[in-house]
Amino acid sequence: MSAAANSADLTRATAADLAARLAAGEVSSVEVTQAHLDRIAAVDGDVHAFLHVNAAALETAAQVDADRAAGVALPELAGMPIAIKDVLCTLDMPSTSGSKILEGWVPPYDATVVARLRAARMIPLGKTNMDEFAMGSSTEHSAYGPTRNPWDLERIPGGSGGGSAAAVSAFEAPVALGSDTGGSIRQPAAVTGSVGVKPTYGAVSRYGAIALASSLDQVGPVSRSVLDAALVHDVIGGHDARDATSIPDAWPSMAEAARRGAQGDVLKGLRVGVVRELRGESGGFQAGVKQRFEETLDLLAGAGAEIVEVSAPNFEYAVAAYYLILPAEASSNLAKFDSVRFGLRVEVPGGTVEDVMAATREAGFGPEVKRRIILGTYALSAGYYDAYYGSAQKVRTLIQRDFAAAFEKADILVSPSAPTTAFRFGEKLADPLAMYLNDVTTIPANLAGVPGMGLPMGLAPEDSLPTGLQLMAPAREDARLYEAGAAIEALLETHWGGPLWAQVPALSGSASNGGAR
Amino acid sequence: MSEITPERVAYLAQLARIALTPDEIETLTGELGAIVDAVATVQQVATPDVPATSHPIPLTGGMRPDVPGVTLTTEQALAGAPDHDGSRFRVTAILGEEQ
Repeated sequence: MSAAANSADLTRATAADLAARLAAGEVSSVEVTQAHLDRIAAVDGDVHAFLHVNAAALETAAQVDADRAAGVALPELAGMPIAIKDVLCTLDMPSTSGSKILEGWVPPYDATVVARLRAARMIPLGKTNMDEFAMGSSTEHSAYGPTRNPWDLERIPGGSGGGSAAAVSAFEAPVALGSDTGGSIRQPAAVTGSVGVKPTYGAVSRYGAIALASSLDQVGPVSRSVLDAALVHDVIGGHDARDATSIPDAWPSMAEAARRGAQGDVLKGLRVGVVRELRGESGGFQAGVKQRFEETLDLLAGAGAEIVEVSAPNFEYAVAAYYLILPAEASSNLAKFDSVRFGLRVEVPGGTVEDVMAATREAGFGPEVKRRIILGTYALSAGYYDAYYGSAQKVRTLIQRDFAAAFEKADILVSPSAPTTAFRFGEKLADPLAMYLNDVTTIPANLAGVPGMGLPMGLAPEDSLPTGLQLMAPAREDARLYEAGAAIEALLETHWGGPLWAQVPALSGSASNGGAR
Repeated sequence: MSEITPERVAYLAQLARIALTPDEIETLTGELGAIVDAVATVQQVATPDVPATSHPIPLTGGMRPDVPGVTLTTEQALAGAPDHDGSRFRVTAILGEEQ
């Protein structure tokens, strides 16, 4: 096999397969890491998934190889490259959260999930692009320019975690980390034909994740297969004393659940609940998305699943509640960017520290961040608090009740992950409300704290772009998602004759000269 | 009808410590008016009998041993600061002339 063919083979392999080959000594971590660095150099000028590439990646990989050669017992994913969303603090790489206000900032500590990747001897490849402070659904709000969708470079890769989703679907990384506040892992997965999981709130530590909305944020895996997501989930998940919202329970292995799902007969008798309000009958859903969703339900029924329709009447108010709770929490969380302790400072001759602060925040924040901070400040201000923020918190209770009622009738809930396929750059930028509606399908899970998974559902007939299927399970039942998700993935891949990502167009790499560094 | 006026946006920006330009205030007034009208629909179902949820997964606080952990050194804490004197963050005047 030629070196180039071997390199392509390594970048298109699943993480599970690579892990087996690494463990067997068939390939080295240096070879796997080099193959992905080469791929980044070749295509990231076009895709722009990365804001920073880790200069020490090969050195870290060589240490893993040396330990393996010396017979040291290594964790399952040792030597596996992984891309890290820029919202996560990393000791050795800048962590900007996509904002100019943190340009060049290198944190004095690692996020817990990053520390766990390192302890598992994984290889950080670099930091991925995102909408500024995770506010957006397209990466068009990144202060460093958008990421492009590998399926069509003229279209958005979803957001906020468009960089991580594009990195795995362009074969620049086998797996990645994302964060999901209202859909920032699942919606990018939908529009790039990849897999992404928002775990149960509190299942994965938020320590060192630059906070957007603390009662909604959750870190999770991004990958090209359900099993690969599960393998990463097992590395990053579990209790962390540094996060007061971290669930102290012991968790089952998500990888075991995924393997059980892929091999067993778990769909037979599985009660699959279709959320009527997210089925796409109310408009705003693309015809091809609805078609693929209904076809998937037919396939599931054919495999023995029991399809039941459930109603969640308060989901209609989820987007409204979300755009009160999120800005309120964000306006508080982002107060820390005060020009004093870290990040940008804009000098104001003769000005007080308050003038400097206001000038810094004016210069350092982009338009969407300003919009949400002002909205949150309004929602929390005296005289409006009860009417807006207080009412939104009540809607949160109603949505939790809707989930509880639905899970009386169903083991898992399903919906499209996103109402449309990837849209073109600029299409929704001028209308913030239109952009907010991209997350209509994903927001309820964040408000209720339940886990959600997005996986490929086929290409929409009208534009040949990926659509996504969302699965949701009750809180703490993340393993159920992986088991059912792997079973559905196997069913769909048998139907398609292979994984969806095999159909992604080749990238020419014509703009490779300006590759991210 | 929205209560978002340019004067209110300017006041909110002052509270949020963002020195918005007049153009930004004008744009935001229109955008926020539309957004507030849309999100106000939460009031339709938020009746007095519904309790508020602030946290999705209720947890009770636990105790941990009171032992010193690993913390940042002064040098690490100051490493990302725009300005410092070696032991403290340095800022410009905290009080204006009229204060």
